[in-house]
Amino acid sequence: MEHHRHDVVVVGAGIAGLYAAMKAGESADVGVLSKVYPTRSHSGAAQGGSAAALGNEGEDSWEYHLYDTVRGGDFLGDQDAQELLVKEAIPVTYEMEHLGLPFSRTPEGKIAQRPFGGHFSKFGKGPVKRSCYVADRSGHAQLHLLYEQSLKQGVRFYNEFLVTSLIIEGGVCRGLVALEIRTGNLHAFWARAVMLATGGYARAWRVTSNSHANTGDGLPLVAKAGVPLEDMEFVQFHPTGLYPHGILVSEAARGEGGYLFNGEGVRFMEKYAASKMELAPRDVVSRAEQTEIDEGRGIDGGEYLNLDLTHLGADAILERLPQIHELVVKFAAVDCTKKPIPIQPTAHYSMGGIPTDLDTRVLLDGKKQVVEGLYASGECACVSNHGANRLGTNSTMEAAVFGRRGGIAMAKFVRGAGPILPGDERDTAAAEEEIEALRSRTGRESAKVIRAELQASMTENVGIFRTAEKLQKQVKFMQTLKERFKEVGVSDGSRAFNTELTELIELGGMLDFSEIISVSALARQESRGAHSRKDYPKRDDVQWLRHTLAFREADGSIRLDYKPVVINRFQPEERKY
Amino acid sequence: MERQFRIYRYNPEVSPTPSFKTYTVDVQPAWTVLDALNAIKWDQDGSLTFRRSCRHGICGSCGMKINGKNGLACEIQVESLKGVITVEPLHGFRILRDLVTDMDGFFAHIEAVKPWLIAGTPPTDGERLQSPEDRKQLDGLYECILCGACTSACPSYWVNDDFLGPAALLKAARYVMDTRDEGFAERVDVLDSRNGLWRCHTIFNCVEACPKSLNPTEAIVKLRQKLTALKI
Repeated sequence: MEHHRHDVVVVGAGIAGLYAAMKAGESADVGVLSKVYPTRSHSGAAQGGSAAALGNEGEDSWEYHLYDTVRGGDFLGDQDAQELLVKEAIPVTYEMEHLGLPFSRTPEGKIAQRPFGGHFSKFGKGPVKRSCYVADRSGHAQLHLLYEQSLKQGVRFYNEFLVTSLIIEGGVCRGLVALEIRTGNLHAFWARAVMLATGGYARAWRVTSNSHANTGDGLPLVAKAGVPLEDMEFVQFHPTGLYPHGILVSEAARGEGGYLFNGEGVRFMEKYAASKMELAPRDVVSRAEQTEIDEGRGIDGGEYLNLDLTHLGADAILERLPQIHELVVKFAAVDCTKKPIPIQPTAHYSMGGIPTDLDTRVLLDGKKQVVEGLYASGECACVSNHGANRLGTNSTMEAAVFGRRGGIAMAKFVRGAGPILPGDERDTAAAEEEIEALRSRTGRESAKVIRAELQASMTENVGIFRTAEKLQKQVKFMQTLKERFKEVGVSDGSRAFNTELTELIELGGMLDFSEIISVSALARQESRGAHSRKDYPKRDDVQWLRHTLAFREADGSIRLDYKPVVINRFQPEERKY
Repeated sequence: MERQFRIYRYNPEVSPTPSFKTYTVDVQPAWTVLDALNAIKWDQDGSLTFRRSCRHGICGSCGMKINGKNGLACEIQVESLKGVITVEPLHGFRILRDLVTDMDGFFAHIEAVKPWLIAGTPPTDGERLQSPEDRKQLDGLYECILCGACTSACPSYWVNDDFLGPAALLKAARYVMDTRDEGFAERVDVLDSRNGLWRCHTIFNCVEACPKSLNPTEAIVKLRQKLTALKI
């Protein structure tokens, strides 16, 4: 096995991972592992922009942004983390501009801003333009910028490496083992600080905006080490996935003034959010859409609705939403300057994840005790910025702000820490055995069938609307799927680029965290944000104003624990839009 | 509807000789070439190897040659293609396995043009100003997804893969044409080198190949004008 050493190893090369790498790279020796080439990460698919209360296009303040984020998350977010997010969003936006991000501009030459769902001024009372954008390619531009800046800092990239195990001993993370996809060889990486920035997990649903790569790979790795996963039941369904693919049609389309219509030609949001209409937060709009579809008011009674941009005019669409226009032509054969876009809710974003403190340090007990040398940021982490529901444009901003915080924290930590302690074959033997065993499997089950059944059942049972009955069914079904997974064989006998093997590793992880999601969702007997229980339709602040912590025990069972929410500014109130 | 896919197969662990293998796929409405490749891999032949990720034309993973033309498998509708569909890896890059090519050299060329803003100290209390007109200069330059379709289509690159190629030169233009950038002089050495701007023979294959409808040739011509002006 080849061994490598770096002060800092970052796993994942999206916005969070690269911001961390770039920052840590200013003073430390940094290696980045990504299972795809850099610039292929799913951050690049973000379209509408990143929230920061610059006030370039009308009055705004970080206090308004904080209030919207707290309320948008249905009061489950930790307000200390949220305050850092909205305050640091402002200097981080300027930092990205200084680094060269090609922001769209106002007539005076400032960073242009646009409205987005759930963002308002004056504590929910007025409209606001808060999303700082690069046309509708904001994530793409950020991802490329941060990759290029990381190159400038001399960060070493290990492309197409899939992490298979973390090496954690006595509460200290010493490194990890990763599969070099190109050769099929395992490599050991020894470091003082390891950051997981492995992204989200919405690939576990049938209709999803997520890339094939969004299989939540970091989560099972930490769960195996005894770290709990926090608030996993909170999964966001984005209101405008292109029908039937589920790929993202940015909320910027509604931010720029798009309307939603049902099959009766009615702007149905007036029934669900009369004041904010299409710009209500995503959980509200997705529930409204699903209700319309379930009650037979989809277009032609079908499973989709219409997003109409035609009244904006072709010039505005081509100037501000060029990628949407291109996508819709290519994937739905619709010219959105002339016709409405067929849309449906699509699994989009994971609010839950690996619990961390404000410096992105992973919490072994989910509460206070850190795993020395282990960090997590971006969508795989749960600090918790988004609570029960994330606002649009807060995710790329979280990735930037907390990726940056993590990079700075790791650089500081490695300066004060002792030398890297490389291990040897004894430390990596178990990881090696595990992969070799997978590689030589000969069972008769099909990975494709298990994956498809997982995605279909998660959509059916752990979708927008949930009930105890459905969730119990899913918890039980997960056992069946996990048993059958043991019988999946690998037909490809080659070592190099064995993507059948990598897909199998990813599927095993998805089964692991999907069970945790289902168990966490079953336990939470209330409706809050994106977790909507038909059998418990109300939010219950007495019982459930607390974070879920789900531990994978040594015997394979799941143990639930809870921790309080940090509430230091805004007390819970009724959430109405 | 049943369609046939004739796919380039190469696995040096099995045989040093590449070959084509034909698969019949029951293609569903609105399927892209990537959907068909996934169906082959998952239902017929687990050893078929290709890269894919976002499946909507933004990540650049699945650049390949489809019926003789470079493009992204994820955004080409099967319905738009006639007859037996031939799928090959991007030409000009070393083939690692099946449709997977070695992109390390391609990425090294991107790095060679110093793809970062080179500028003086920014203001301490806000953004640099840039007019919408100045910002517009970057349209058509910053959208590149690094899929490699253009560089792979370039005859100058085929004969000499030290040539930076259209993608790297487009990336150089993205920074050189940025009114905030002051680093043109620092990039002259690489742009004016024997493997730089002058290796392009304005064949325009890159323009035809780009799935994002970008125009690397135009960017190269603009950079040459700037270089010439500097020399005079």
